[in-house]
Amino acid sequence: MRIGIFRVAVLALVLVYSGTAGAQESEIGELRAAVAQLRADYEARIVELERRLAVAEQNATQASYDAQQATGAVAAAPSSVSGNSAFNPAIGIIFQGQAWNYQRSPDDYAVQGFPFGGEAGPVTEGLGIGETELIFNANVDDKFTAWLTAALALEDGEAVVEIEEAWIEATALPAGFGAKFGRFFSGIGYLNGKHSHTWDFVDQPLPYQAFLGDQYLDDGVQLRWLAPTNLYLELGGEVLQGSRYPAGGSAHSGFGSYSLFANVGGDVGTDSSWLAGVSYLDTEARERASGDEDDPLLFDGDSTLTSALFVWKWAPNGNWKQRNFKFQSELFWRSNDGSYTIPGGPGLPYDADQRGWYAQAVYQPVPRWRIGGRIDSLSSDDPGAAFAGTALAAPGSDPQRYSFMADWSNSEFSRLRLQYTKDEAGPSDDNQWGLQYIHSIGAHGAHTF
Amino acid sequence: MTRLVIALAIALFPVAASADLEIFACEPEWAALAAEIGAEHVNTFSATTALQDPHYIQARPSLIARVRRADLVVCSGAQLESGWLPALLQKANNRDVMPGKAGYLEASRYVLRLDATGNVDRSQGDIHPLGNPHIQTNPHNVAAVARVLGERMAALDPVKAPSYQAGLEDFSIRWRDAIAAWEARAKPLAGTRVITHHKSWVYLERWLGIDEVANLEAVAGLPPTATHLSKLTSEFGDGGADVIVRSPYQDERPSKWLSERTGITAIVLPLTVGGTAEAVDLFALFDDIVERLLRAVPHE
Repeated sequence: MRIGIFRVAVLALVLVYSGTAGAQESEIGELRAAVAQLRADYEARIVELERRLAVAEQNATQASYDAQQATGAVAAAPSSVSGNSAFNPAIGIIFQGQAWNYQRSPDDYAVQGFPFGGEAGPVTEGLGIGETELIFNANVDDKFTAWLTAALALEDGEAVVEIEEAWIEATALPAGFGAKFGRFFSGIGYLNGKHSHTWDFVDQPLPYQAFLGDQYLDDGVQLRWLAPTNLYLELGGEVLQGSRYPAGGSAHSGFGSYSLFANVGGDVGTDSSWLAGVSYLDTEARERASGDEDDPLLFDGDSTLTSALFVWKWAPNGNWKQRNFKFQSELFWRSNDGSYTIPGGPGLPYDADQRGWYAQAVYQPVPRWRIGGRIDSLSSDDPGAAFAGTALAAPGSDPQRYSFMADWSNSEFSRLRLQYTKDEAGPSDDNQWGLQYIHSIGAHGAHTF
Repeated sequence: MTRLVIALAIALFPVAASADLEIFACEPEWAALAAEIGAEHVNTFSATTALQDPHYIQARPSLIARVRRADLVVCSGAQLESGWLPALLQKANNRDVMPGKAGYLEASRYVLRLDATGNVDRSQGDIHPLGNPHIQTNPHNVAAVARVLGERMAALDPVKAPSYQAGLEDFSIRWRDAIAAWEARAKPLAGTRVITHHKSWVYLERWLGIDEVANLEAVAGLPPTATHLSKLTSEFGDGGADVIVRSPYQDERPSKWLSERTGITAIVLPLTVGGTAEAVDLFALFDDIVERLLRAVPHE
């Protein structure tokens, strides 16, 4: 700095001197060059000083934030917890219930040709609560996360706690791999992995009821891989115990079922996004029960299910909150090759294919309100004269239903739904309608697409 | 056939082609900030646009695919993205960007969060116990996040660390000068009384000395109700507020309705980059916010 002042003084003197002495043109040029040099020099210094000042100011700002953070002035997690409770998992509870009306008694409800297994069946008549779900989840450590869904339900007047899901997921696998083990909903199809509180209708579509016992849930291992591309491409496979419908029977010493699935998806502009996929489930069933619970049909043999899914979601500008539309559809092909044992009769060889599909659309015209419609349908090959007059004989016409719903959500955590279903799948055509509520408290996980 | 396979392989696996830092930002402001600092060395992607409510985003396949490829995920945090980011992270199978890792940056952890309240109940609406997450409306917050972001980028990509440091310094200087200019220009705005649609602007208000006198939402995060709006009409019919503010993704009807009945000007302010035609980058964003407020608010 002192040198600078000195230079300015010299420059001033030179200027005064040269001005009074009437210097020649060459001298003036030299002086101009010297002035320009000095000016450039000073500007560079000023820029450098300003830069240092800016950095110092930034440091000071950050230091004060850091200090505030250290002293707790900055909002850290609200932590009055201490000791063990600091590691409590996130807990959420989901309440569901409905009032459901039938014109005809649902006691003998069955779909001809498609004896139901697993959890499938008509919605409980009248007032009642559905499953109440308790969800716990937390990271186990830096490499694993754990999830538990315990379903509380009333079965024949007794409260039952069922471990619906209990799985561990590895979160630190390299190269886009992910693994899950324990009890979980199989990754096949689109609705199979969706919790019932995220369904758009009170019940599952017919193919899920007929082919998957509502939802295929089993014990096993799942491996998924995601391609490192901007196009979403997911490949996955599972090996499962095979203890539940549609597997059933724990064939192969408890490795009776496997599945493969592939999904692709992406966006179209900012308004639309899509997901498409195919999946395959192969089970070796042993005495798989379906139909009447007390007097079931038993199936032994290969049962495979191939399915394809397509989902399209749309919202103006992708702003989901205001207005949105969702279309989804799935197709299913099932092949049962083995033998069915009719109650009180011998095992009969059975080899027939069945198909099912559904399509549904849900529109949210304004925040909180949604309306939707669904068609679901099944069709079956004729399994032969041996099955005439049994629950397995092909139906005269394809079982079909038409459903409409309107729901209102005060917030993300509460929903009331009105649904009407015209059922042309049961023993005789029926009009069904009812109200449903879905409420949740506590931690609420993020929803998948 | 071979050629087809090669073409397909290149199309599907463009990983080796570029070693740029892949940055996945939950909101446009952080994508813009990363681009300011990283310039040509980074590829930035924003999960949301300024026309989308960042509370309600679908965990879309395209976003999962982007998280899978990301080296760094930078989000506002404070539970703004709690409805969709956890689903993306769970499905994306990318261990480097999981919370707690260097590839995961929660911007709001590095600023003074306002409105934090430990004791909450959902009857108060969709509120954030960790504090208001819309931190980007105060440029001093952006400066603080820039510093952390620049350091994180340098740590993740040490080879290019010098250029990130230079980019950060350059941005910091320009940003500091811009803040001084905005503060000088916005002096007349101090004491302005605003009604906002949602509590999106608390950081801006604190910065410029603006008073928030009401919200159009009766309960945070839920759509404004007719009862609440008519209550506001009688309350502010004879003045008491200077301007009604909403973000581009919010329904315009409630603010229009109130404006028509009270005579108070209703305006749109860009909440982030891209919110208006003018707000093309972070500098233009605050230029536009200040200018729009100055135009709407009567002052000498």
